[in-house]
Amino acid sequence: MSRLRLEGVTRRFGGLVAVDNVSFEVPTEGVTAIIGPNGAGKTTLFNLIAGALPPSAGRILFEGTDITGHPPAAIAAAGLVRTFQLVKLFDDLSVLDNVKVGCHLRGNAGLFGALLRPASVRSEEAAVDARARELLAFAGLSAFADEPAVGLPYGRQRMLELARAMAAGPRLILLDEPAAGLNTEESAALARIIRRIAEEGTSVLLIEHDMTLVMNTADRVVVVDFGRKIAEGTPAEVRANPAVIAAYLGTGKPGKGAAASGVQEAARG
Amino acid sequence: MPWLFAVLVVGYAMVVGGYAATVVSFALIYAVFVTGLNLFMGFAAQVSFGQNAFAAIGGYLSAVLTATYGWSPLPGMALGIVAAVLAAAIVGYPALRLKGHYLAMGTLAIGLITYEITVEWQSVTQGYMGISGIPPFGIGPYEVTSDRGQLILLSLVVAASLFAAARIRRSRFGRALSAVAGSEEAAVALGIDVARYKLAAFLLSAGFAALAGSLFVHVVGFVSPEVFGLHMVIVTFTMLYVGGIGTVVGPLVGALIVSLLPETFRAFKDYQDLAYGAALILLLIYAPRGLASLFSPRGRS
Repeated sequence: MSRLRLEGVTRRFGGLVAVDNVSFEVPTEGVTAIIGPNGAGKTTLFNLIAGALPPSAGRILFEGTDITGHPPAAIAAAGLVRTFQLVKLFDDLSVLDNVKVGCHLRGNAGLFGALLRPASVRSEEAAVDARARELLAFAGLSAFADEPAVGLPYGRQRMLELARAMAAGPRLILLDEPAAGLNTEESAALARIIRRIAEEGTSVLLIEHDMTLVMNTADRVVVVDFGRKIAEGTPAEVRANPAVIAAYLGTGKPGKGAAASGVQEAARG
Repeated sequence: MPWLFAVLVVGYAMVVGGYAATVVSFALIYAVFVTGLNLFMGFAAQVSFGQNAFAAIGGYLSAVLTATYGWSPLPGMALGIVAAVLAAAIVGYPALRLKGHYLAMGTLAIGLITYEITVEWQSVTQGYMGISGIPPFGIGPYEVTSDRGQLILLSLVVAASLFAAARIRRSRFGRALSAVAGSEEAAVALGIDVARYKLAAFLLSAGFAALAGSLFVHVVGFVSPEVFGLHMVIVTFTMLYVGGIGTVVGPLVGALIVSLLPETFRAFKDYQDLAYGAALILLLIYAPRGLASLFSPRGRS
């Protein structure tokens, strides 16, 4: 069974069709990447999957359950957690506490637990603390545990967001351009971490412009252009696909010239 | 440091008694109110200009039940808090859908409406005349009537409030509030029910406000609409920002400083207000995140 299944998902904004009848599956294992030129509808697609936007048509199934139109918090609770293109950390909290917030779904202490702090809450807190520190070590952030999140350099903020999302214990994690703004070295470290996440059993679905990252991490690639899926397959298959080359090079049908931004990366592969 | 300052001020008032004890007593009551305000505005980063409404509900229920119907203070206070939290739930549920300036306007309206009710509902509140003859705190035959007794009682209530705030800060509940404050979108993406936590912070804040309102009427023995008017909103906001919004001890420090500053400038006579204003401006320039932040390692000022 697939982890995630999109059936004819469509989203219109007035007259604009941002996502047009897209269907694909994310297998339980490995890394799936969505690529496409700027404005192809990738982030809209993510917002539809994560529940931030309702689709105009179509169905989204997570592990066989229809989650179309469910509120985002409920989708996260079901085990589908996303990160954002622009890092959204909790600035007032320390690096460690940011990851602890990620553990929110794994606990159930409420207000009275906070005030009275019975043994059950203390042991829950200890477990959260241990889990959060483990994830910081995983993301190479242990040294920064007690620093305010806002003070981290950009590359480490991205790692922190990833660690925080993993703290929620997702079975599918959506990464929106995780390598944006990272240097080559950081990007390579990120690729290793993404592979490890997949190896440990969490399915990964990512959007990425950085073709090196995609080719190094993805097992499957879905290509979208003008809101439509134009190709799907292994990285090698996709790279050789004429429709993909056309979308990136801007040859093919007239009116697609604007899509030429990803040219070099795609050609270089 | 901030704790030491607070203990010194309260200790001084305890020793000197008289007028100093009265000023510090009021400051401690404000500290309870501002601690609640801080949960909503500091921890969860929302805005409310209407928490005085809940202080009014707590204060007036205490006053009416004890002075008019002869209840003893403790059950009157308890019912006042319950009623204020219920009222907060009724207005908060729809009002918290608003954001930013709209939430500020909506809550301001709640405060103004409550004020009008306390003025106009004369058969119960006696309008501008106010209600007098409210008994002091006490359980059975023991009543807290002396300045020092009241100071001790209020110090205990403040200590308990700050303890509660500190525990909330370092809990799953408190982290969820900080997440709402940091980024609602990210909080939702991690499975946090943002609307529920905002409402919870609002209700808590209303509970503290009602507690403060009730403390006030029993300490003073009198209540009138002005007590919980717009002036209270302005004073408590000043306290929150001067002390340090989002910190645990900030509300206490702010309440003490803002209550004591006008007194220390009394010697300036005609220039008292000017000196007070200048002092506030200097504070906001040199400690924009509040006085409490000056002494905390995380403080960025």
